[in-house]
Amino acid sequence: MPKISQKAIHKFLRHDKNFPHVWCPGCSNGIVLGATIRAIAELGYKKDNIVMVSGIGCSSRMPVYVDFNTLHSLHGRAIAYATGIKIVKPEMKVIVITGDGDATAIGGNHFIHGARRNIDMTVILINNNIYGMTGGQYSPTTPYGDRTTTTPYGNIDPVFDICNLALGAGATFVARTTAFHVIEAQSFIKQAFEHKGFSLVEIISACPVIYGRLNKKGDASAMMKSMKENVLPIKAFEKLSDKQKKGKQKRGIFVNKIRPEFIEEYDKLIKSLQDEKGRK
Amino acid sequence: MSKNNTLKKRKTVLMQGNEAIARGALDAGVNFYAGYPITPSTEIAEIFSYELPRRGGKFIQMEDEIASISAIIGGSLAGAKTMTATSGPGFSLMMEGIGFAKMTETPCVVVNVMRGGPSTGLPTKPSQSDIMQARWGNHGDAPAIVLYPNSVMESYELSIRAVNLAEKYRTCVILLSDEVLGHMRETVNLPDLSKIKIISRIKPTIPPEWYKHFPENPKYPMPMASFGEGYRFHVTGLSHDEKGFPTNKAKEISRMMERFRKKIEYYIKDIVQIESFFMEDAKIAIFSVGITARAAKEAVMKARKRGIKVGLLRPLTIWPFPDGAVKKYLGDKKAIIVPELNEGQLSLELKRVMGGIWNYEIRKTKNIVELHKNSGELITPEEIFQTIREVK
Ligand SMILES: Cc1ncc(C[n+]2csc(CCOP(=O)(O)OP(=O)(O)O)c2C)c(N)n1
Ligand code: SF4
Ligand SMILES: [Mg+2]
Repeated sequence: MPKISQKAIHKFLRHDKNFPHVWCPGCSNGIVLGATIRAIAELGYKKDNIVMVSGIGCSSRMPVYVDFNTLHSLHGRAIAYATGIKIVKPEMKVIVITGDGDATAIGGNHFIHGARRNIDMTVILINNNIYGMTGGQYSPTTPYGDRTTTTPYGNIDPVFDICNLALGAGATFVARTTAFHVIEAQSFIKQAFEHKGFSLVEIISACPVIYGRLNKKGDASAMMKSMKENVLPIKAFEKLSDKQKKGKQKRGIFVNKIRPEFIEEYDKLIKSLQDEKGRK
Repeated sequence: MSKNNTLKKRKTVLMQGNEAIARGALDAGVNFYAGYPITPSTEIAEIFSYELPRRGGKFIQMEDEIASISAIIGGSLAGAKTMTATSGPGFSLMMEGIGFAKMTETPCVVVNVMRGGPSTGLPTKPSQSDIMQARWGNHGDAPAIVLYPNSVMESYELSIRAVNLAEKYRTCVILLSDEVLGHMRETVNLPDLSKIKIISRIKPTIPPEWYKHFPENPKYPMPMASFGEGYRFHVTGLSHDEKGFPTNKAKEISRMMERFRKKIEYYIKDIVQIESFFMEDAKIAIFSVGITARAAKEAVMKARKRGIKVGLLRPLTIWPFPDGAVKKYLGDKKAIIVPELNEGQLSLELKRVMGGIWNYEIRKTKNIVELHKNSGELITPEEIFQTIREVK
């Protein structure tokens, strides 16, 4: 793995007037941004050929900072916008940046259908277990019992396992890691980019300023430490007893397989119709 | 574009309104369609699904109308000419996306084949109750370009025009139709492809460092780069500056809002189309659009045979509202009859314009005569004729 220097990252950032960024100190979003850019740099992708699409949320603010073709779309709709872009320009590398609320609440429908179609794009989902942008309401991944501004008595709403959701819907590359495991995150993102089909990388992240504060999780470094201790490699996790598994999660690549991709199938259809015409 | 397409060959052909819309859009160069089926618009999606892959274009049935509008905006940003079609409930779902297309100045066409509402309403009956929604449906201030034909031939022509205007003025253009117009069959004289005026967005020629996706002066041409052409611009639904980056500065926001307004205002003559029928010597005028204007025309002919001086003013572009033409043609009329398949949406706008000429009291005394129907039935020529006799 060639080392990408910190300076090289600057080649991929926009220096117009977009900095300082909007994220709070200690937020994991910047870590994910760094991992994403290093993955792109390592793969040597051309900036002109990348389109980064996001929805709405703190996480979805990412595209404005990067020097690619960038689209900050509507809340929940990033995958639908990305679908239109990819169909029209299949040669482009389509990256979707989204949050837990963006992708699995308001955008849940587009998320599962993107996975079902197996349309070629990489979804990087920053899961901070909360609606950060709107000040800390519960999301479909807020753990049971947790406090948010709309669960003042503790959350009673069960959680989505986002990777299972993607697997069930038919995604062909599904991985989970955390913002603490940044080298792993970079490697998963890289593999997802190189995968043909719908790929998802869920990155468990820290929102220390809202989620952390409301739930007494400590500062950003305490939250990082918790990711290190509680999000375990698949094999290590499976070895635990049911009791030990409580409060823990798996990280790793859950699936990496090949299945017909939507646009390739469509191109075959176009070709067969043209061949038919040619024969006539 | 291939000429041996499977839709009926070029010449005089019998076709349905919805087919004419699809045919017009294909001739105008629409090469990506995303949609979700809904009566009475579904034939449009069906035709695109059949025709586009044969022409190297692409069709996708999305998971809902929100996804459909999102996909066509994305597709347009990537460089395609795009369209979706829907009706009432789906049109409501598309509103946030339509606002996004206007905000980001991304060309696309949304067809709304109107049916009765509110809610699921009357799927198989005509209505004209989305006239105001087509103008004001998305939140926030932003002008709208909305076209509404009254025949199958015109459905074909205005479909081409809708695509052209979207490309020219970089906005979401709405093409209205209604259940009857969408499903009725009439003969259409298809022009030769070479005779059709097709407008495509102008590409920037300046170096990427100088490129501004939203420059200050919205004078035509308004060059627009697509994703993947080396310009690497940013697009957001947030209020933005000339380069597309989010801004909170009042000056930049005012400039952006002004741009949306001005780019339509400057070109109002190009955008507004209106038909005047026997208006020169008319004492009474009928102001009507779409399917209802057909009945109005028949009523005018019947009344003229009986020596009644009545005419019809029919906008083909209903938004921006043809204020100028309305003042010019209707200002001196004894009475204006406004038949429409809703509870007075067109007449409300007419009153706004006429308010400057006639005061409210005069208006009340019979000068604007409203004729409404919202039960799924059409207004008949006879009903309009009777109204003409009453106001005479
Ligand atoms: C249609 C719509 N509904 C609601 C909102 C308000 N809203 C903005 S961001 C957000 C939640 C974002 O949560 P998530 O996707 O988890 O992103 P995060 O901020 O946590 O990164 C909400 C509810 C909106 N912008 N649009
Ligand atoms: S609110 Fe939370 S998610 Fe949003 S920027 Fe701050 S720390 Fe990050
Ligand atoms: Mg979140």
